[in-house]
Amino acid sequence: MAKREERIGVFVCHCGLNIAGTVDVQRVVDEIKRYPGVVHAEHYMYMCSDPGQELMRKAIREKGLTAVVNANCSPSLHERTFRRVCASVGLNPYRCEIANIREQCSWPHTYDKETATKKALAIIKTTVERLRLNMMLTPLVIPLIKRALVIGGGIAGIQAALDIANGGYQVILVEKEASLGGHVMELSATFPTLESPKDFLIPRIDEVMAHPNIRLYLNSEVDAVSGYVGSFNVKIRQKTKIVEEEIGAIVTAPGFDLLPREKLPVYPDDPDIVDGLQFERILSPERLTYGKIKRPSDGRVPQDIVFIQCAGSRDPEHGMPYCSRVCCMYTAKQVLLYRKAVLEGQAYVCYMDIRSDAKGYEEFFQQVMSHDGVLYVRGNVSRAFRDGDKLKIWTVDTLSGKSLEITADMVVLALAMVSRPGTRELARKLNISVNEHGFLTEAHIKLRPVESLTSGIFLAGTAQWPRDIPDTIASASAAASKVLSLFSRKELLHEPTTAHVDEEVCSGCGVCVPVCTYKAISIDENKKVAVVNEALCEGCGSCAATCPSKAMQHRNWSHRQLLAMIDVAGGGYV
Amino acid sequence: MRVELSSKRLRSDFVKKIAELSGQNLYLCYQCGKCSAGCPMGFAMDILPNQIMRLVQLGLEEDIANSKTVWLCASCLTCTVRCPRGVDLSRVMEALRLLTLRKNKNYVEPSKMPPETVADLPQIALVSGFRKLTS
Ligand SMILES: Cc1cc2nc3c(=O)[nH]c(=O)nc-3n(C[C@H](O)[C@H](O)[C@H](O)COP(=O)(O)OP(=O)(O)OC[C@H]3O[C@@H](n4cnc5c(N)ncnc54)[C@H](O)[C@@H]3O)c2cc1C
Ligand code: SF4
Ligand code: SF4
Ligand code: SF4
Ligand code: SF4
Ligand code: SF4
Repeated sequence: MAKREERIGVFVCHCGLNIAGTVDVQRVVDEIKRYPGVVHAEHYMYMCSDPGQELMRKAIREKGLTAVVNANCSPSLHERTFRRVCASVGLNPYRCEIANIREQCSWPHTYDKETATKKALAIIKTTVERLRLNMMLTPLVIPLIKRALVIGGGIAGIQAALDIANGGYQVILVEKEASLGGHVMELSATFPTLESPKDFLIPRIDEVMAHPNIRLYLNSEVDAVSGYVGSFNVKIRQKTKIVEEEIGAIVTAPGFDLLPREKLPVYPDDPDIVDGLQFERILSPERLTYGKIKRPSDGRVPQDIVFIQCAGSRDPEHGMPYCSRVCCMYTAKQVLLYRKAVLEGQAYVCYMDIRSDAKGYEEFFQQVMSHDGVLYVRGNVSRAFRDGDKLKIWTVDTLSGKSLEITADMVVLALAMVSRPGTRELARKLNISVNEHGFLTEAHIKLRPVESLTSGIFLAGTAQWPRDIPDTIASASAAASKVLSLFSRKELLHEPTTAHVDEEVCSGCGVCVPVCTYKAISIDENKKVAVVNEALCEGCGSCAATCPSKAMQHRNWSHRQLLAMIDVAGGGYV
Repeated sequence: MRVELSSKRLRSDFVKKIAELSGQNLYLCYQCGKCSAGCPMGFAMDILPNQIMRLVQLGLEEDIANSKTVWLCASCLTCTVRCPRGVDLSRVMEALRLLTLRKNKNYVEPSKMPPETVADLPQIALVSGFRKLTS
């Protein structure tokens, strides 16, 4: 590469007193001005402010700068800001680099001005050395297929599919079962309004079926996924047939299951000890015979019924450590429906705490707990067992300090909500992660709650965390809006600071292939060299560090650059 | 010993009478403890007012009969004013006393009280003491 005449500018920011309180910015500017290639240096109170940016523009224009070092906070904060400033006056943005003298210098060395000042200079010098070899780059334009895939046809998947389809884009909806609706289809009524779920679900299912923008695959599962944001290729297995589809974004909504009963041996296998979903089916209007609730063993109307909350939840030793969030409320709902159906009935609810944290929920709960024929008993259950045609439940009331024995006809367990067993496998195919319990992991629990770490793949509903219907709908609409905002772009741009292979040097050894977390590298079997799919490469650098022959190089982080930086880094500041 | 909890106990005459005499929905109480926190007589009670409410909810008449609490209650109405669920606990206390009094078991006998004691007692204590007998 021919050496060009570099005209480098250095801009040192005070960051108020964050930097200037520790680093002697005047001395830094005076010294760096004498460094080879540096033709301009200045310091300013807040470089990121409008006047600060204007100083940069002026210097770049007037001094004809060919590269810029911004010595300030971490690149994660203002790299984009300063690169945009450069671009605005015609300087290639990749000719601008950040020297981090705040997080990596002034903050950790607050009490040692001398060291901090020398270290700031060393950091700036290494950045200058790196910049000399920085290439001018332009972002990669990658294709954007404006069609989405939604996996899972529960209420989450239905909502996401309808939102995207109504936004004018095509949706492919894949559901494992023969019909849509997921668990909501099994519910009798929904808290806190007691509205029948079928009243709102069936019209939505009809809308999906009739929607010109939605293509529905029932009895189908995703077999394999390849590609990247903007252009994924999916293979969908419908029974024995495999269909291929090209799509640009994915919403993952495979839903939840209940904790298998066998995990909780204190509740024996007994026809009259049922789980929450079984009881929903018993309560559902189509099943009620003459408005009567019947227990499974002998069809008698249960006069005494015990509901056991937190069965397998909040129990790190025997079940799941987390709260399943929905069971307090659905138990209250089931109690009320039971009391409406069995006028003389008595319901007992064994609970630890009540979680009723959404609009109208606490009011609903209070109404149920003070209803006649309902007793909430605070304490965990130790045993439930059969005694003739009755069930005995041993528990405690921690409020009065009494241990109790309750005789009942039926027991309903509010079992923990867990991730479906198949979700782990699905996540593996999509190259997204799950947590220790198998729930899908979001990119950031607060700031990016519906995105996965793989760009273009979004999360919705209870596959991510236990949720009730309103929260499920909200997360599904949020995921859909992420897809819509992606699709509203003209094209997709990708950072050009990727890895690339020098084919002359590469031996095709393949050592780099498994180190790439993003599966961006493959071996071209004809040429026997490594190939980087730049749209997938996130520029992490692992491959370049691994390649034994230095054939793999990272744009603007080449080995030559790193060595040049190391040469001056020692520069005697310690 | 395990207490047997059944709809028989929860719907016993005792629970029904307390509900009737006090005019309260006993199951409104969610055991927050606000009543006990502010009860001026709480320091002397063997069972706190909220626990009395719980025992009534469970139909545990014996436990209440063995406690002095209802007789220490000064009918000051502090609990009534403060209860977030609108339970008139002093009426429940009164109902519990009435049940015993109706069995002819007087706890306070004004005729046997020396006049000095009557003069020393705070008015509110006397008022509540008489209510215990007259209502
Ligand atoms: C007993 C009980 C009572 C409840 N009562 C209420 C209530 O009254 N009010 C309320 O708001 N909430 C209630 N809930 C919560 C409610 O059921 C959930 O919020 C809701 O079902 C979540 O919807 P979802 O789409 O996330 O998951 P799901 O309902 O589980 O749907 C997921 C769908 O994805 C499909 N699927 C799974 N894996 C794949 C795959 N790999 N490929 C393709 N498809 C796949 C499944 O077949 C299913 O159709 C209750 C829950 C329980 C357990
Ligand atoms: S929602 Fe209620 S019943 Fe369910 S785990 Fe949490 S506290 Fe327990
Ligand atoms: S730089 Fe990282 S993401 Fe890019 S190809 Fe190399 S290992 Fe993969
Ligand atoms: S490790 Fe280096 S030499 Fe080996 S295949 Fe990868 S790029 Fe080529
Ligand atoms: S203040 Fe009211 S709700 Fe709270 S414990 Fe006392 S009676 Fe019950
Ligand atoms: S009325 Fe009785 S129980 Fe209530 S605060 Fe007064 S003394 Fe206590």
